[in-house]
Amino acid sequence: MSRPRVNADRIVAVLALVLAVTAPLYLTTYWVGQLLTQMLFLGIAAASLIFLSAYGGMVSLAQVSIYGIAGFVLGNATTNGNTKGLNLGWSPWWGIVVGLVFAVVMALLFGALANRSVGIYFLMITLTYSVIANLFFGQVTDVSGFGGISGIPAPSAIGNVDVHTNRLYYVALVTALLVYALLRYLVRTPFGLTLQGVRDDPVRMASLGYNVPLHRTIAFAFAGFIAAIGGVLFVWWNGHIDPASIDLGATIDLLVIAVVGGLYRLEGAWVGALFFVVINNYSQRIGFIGPRFHTLIGAIFLVIVVVSPGGLVGLWERLVNLFSGTRRDPLELGPAEPSV
Amino acid sequence: MTEAALRRRETVRRRRRLTTAQVRALRIAGWVLLAVLAVLPVLWVCFFAPTTGRYATTFGSAVHDPKDFLITVLNGVTAAGLYFVVASGFTLIFGLMRVVNMAHGAFFLLGGYVALSIQRRMVGEGGSFGLQSSQVNLTHWILPAIVGIAIVAASGLVMQQLLLRWTQGQDLRQALITIAISIILADQMLAHFGGVAKDIAWPRNFDTFTNLHVAGVVYTTTRLVILGIAVGIGLLLWLWLKRTRTGMVIRAGVDDRAMVSALGINIQLTFAIAFIVGSALAGLGGVIGGSFASLAPGVDANWLLYSLVVVIIGGMGSLGGAAIGSLLLGITTNFSAAYLPSSYTYYSIIFTFVLVAVVLAVRPLGLFGRPA
Repeated sequence: MSRPRVNADRIVAVLALVLAVTAPLYLTTYWVGQLLTQMLFLGIAAASLIFLSAYGGMVSLAQVSIYGIAGFVLGNATTNGNTKGLNLGWSPWWGIVVGLVFAVVMALLFGALANRSVGIYFLMITLTYSVIANLFFGQVTDVSGFGGISGIPAPSAIGNVDVHTNRLYYVALVTALLVYALLRYLVRTPFGLTLQGVRDDPVRMASLGYNVPLHRTIAFAFAGFIAAIGGVLFVWWNGHIDPASIDLGATIDLLVIAVVGGLYRLEGAWVGALFFVVINNYSQRIGFIGPRFHTLIGAIFLVIVVVSPGGLVGLWERLVNLFSGTRRDPLELGPAEPSV
Repeated sequence: MTEAALRRRETVRRRRRLTTAQVRALRIAGWVLLAVLAVLPVLWVCFFAPTTGRYATTFGSAVHDPKDFLITVLNGVTAAGLYFVVASGFTLIFGLMRVVNMAHGAFFLLGGYVALSIQRRMVGEGGSFGLQSSQVNLTHWILPAIVGIAIVAASGLVMQQLLLRWTQGQDLRQALITIAISIILADQMLAHFGGVAKDIAWPRNFDTFTNLHVAGVVYTTTRLVILGIAVGIGLLLWLWLKRTRTGMVIRAGVDDRAMVSALGINIQLTFAIAFIVGSALAGLGGVIGGSFASLAPGVDANWLLYSLVVVIIGGMGSLGGAAIGSLLLGITTNFSAAYLPSSYTYYSIIFTFVLVAVVLAVRPLGLFGRPA
């Protein structure tokens, strides 16, 4: 990788980090508590999608359903009366453990069933999971039903998210940084390198003796774990989860975030999430758009897919390369540009 | 390499690889498990489903209540008919062009809504419960249907020519483009037709009951009409693909697109035709589905799901696969809804997942799927 590009990236990264840490000092509570916190957990979920796509060659639409499974399990475990679901009344910490474990087990099952498919086949199979999960939680009144679960408590250390907005924000920020670091680390481990080998040439990797389906399944389960973390933060933030939180619209919203951010760079997850959240909140004020947020976001999505398959991060890279007059070394091992 | 090292390598290999006998045993165990999974529900439905007690079902076993069993079979088959109409369009487009048309559900809804508004314009808004069948004659149904189908077919053609034609071969990008179209379409339909469920009125000739003279079953005629349309569509598609020149080109294109265009055949024209027919089938499905059930935001997601499940089960791009997949899906959903114990009926959605899971575990490419 050439020097100027790394420097530009680093400057932006440090700047973004400083801005994020000091955000509560200069932004309103609404911005921090609503927009930025939402950006962080949506970014975590989108990062799981981008990880799978960039390093595993699998574009998954099941991330939202796994995120929802973690949220619903957490909701069932920790609420105490007065709402739908099992109302087990466990401590919020146990809720996290149970939610994450359950979500990972489901992700393992989903992954094991889809591990021989890639590309659009994988997309279709995971979309099926996603719609089925949505219908399941909508129909099964024992665990949720149409109205969903309300009054899900965050741990007492975070407290009431409406009062202590900054606490959840910082928890989400630290979690997002940890997730980012973990993913960056994972793709450099032997497992991560093998996964990239599987992405590029599964047949060759199989003949070298690697278990291709197993690697895909484990990568999917790991991405499920990351998505589930996003789901836990979501239910703490929202205090409520219902089937509409994981319906086809939500599934596609997450895909939009990942694609608009950039399907082949992990950073794109949070860029896309910020973009999405801001547009979602402010487009209503533009007269001719009004409530037609989804038409606008669909049009933006269409333009991004047609013009810049690398998303906003891809545009940024092109811009930097234009000014520094360099290109990425094609031989370097790294995330693949999406095969779109 | 020393002999010790060689021997060590040998033991490593032996530890990692199963013997032939073990593989065979595992395979047999898998098939036995599968057979049990398939046979147990059949036994439950035929003989064991009770009508009383904790696990009481609505109808009881088939031996106990053959009439409702027969009705459930008919419900399954007629639902399968509608699944087939919608999914055959999806699979036709996918088989020839490798385009996963994620806007298929939105096209379904568009066809339904267009027909609905034309029908309301022709007949009037009807009473507070919407339009009743008694006010509608055959023309008031067929004409809106034709317009709806034509508009959806045109939309499909426009989408294909403007956005998909120059991205050919880029599977994922095309899927993303169709997703973008489906977002925009769904939002615009919400804006124009509102969020309240509406339905197209059947013509009064169809809205009756037919006595089948078997086990005293009196069945709704509309469902039989749906089945008739589905069988007709299936036959027409089959004849078209097997007996005409265009069909021949399409079948050749499914196998080897590059070779077909190298032979001097205008493959672009064939693609356009396939996209028109595929989208038209989604529109027709929407008209029937809108008359049979209702049209509302979110219905597009359900029908996209049905199409996906059907082609995942049946194998992508295969017409026969779509037929078998529709039948399996229709039978599974209807029987799980009717024969689960009454207090657990809402778990029936799990069976759709189990169906997909079992097929994927045994045949990752679907029952009739072939590698691309």
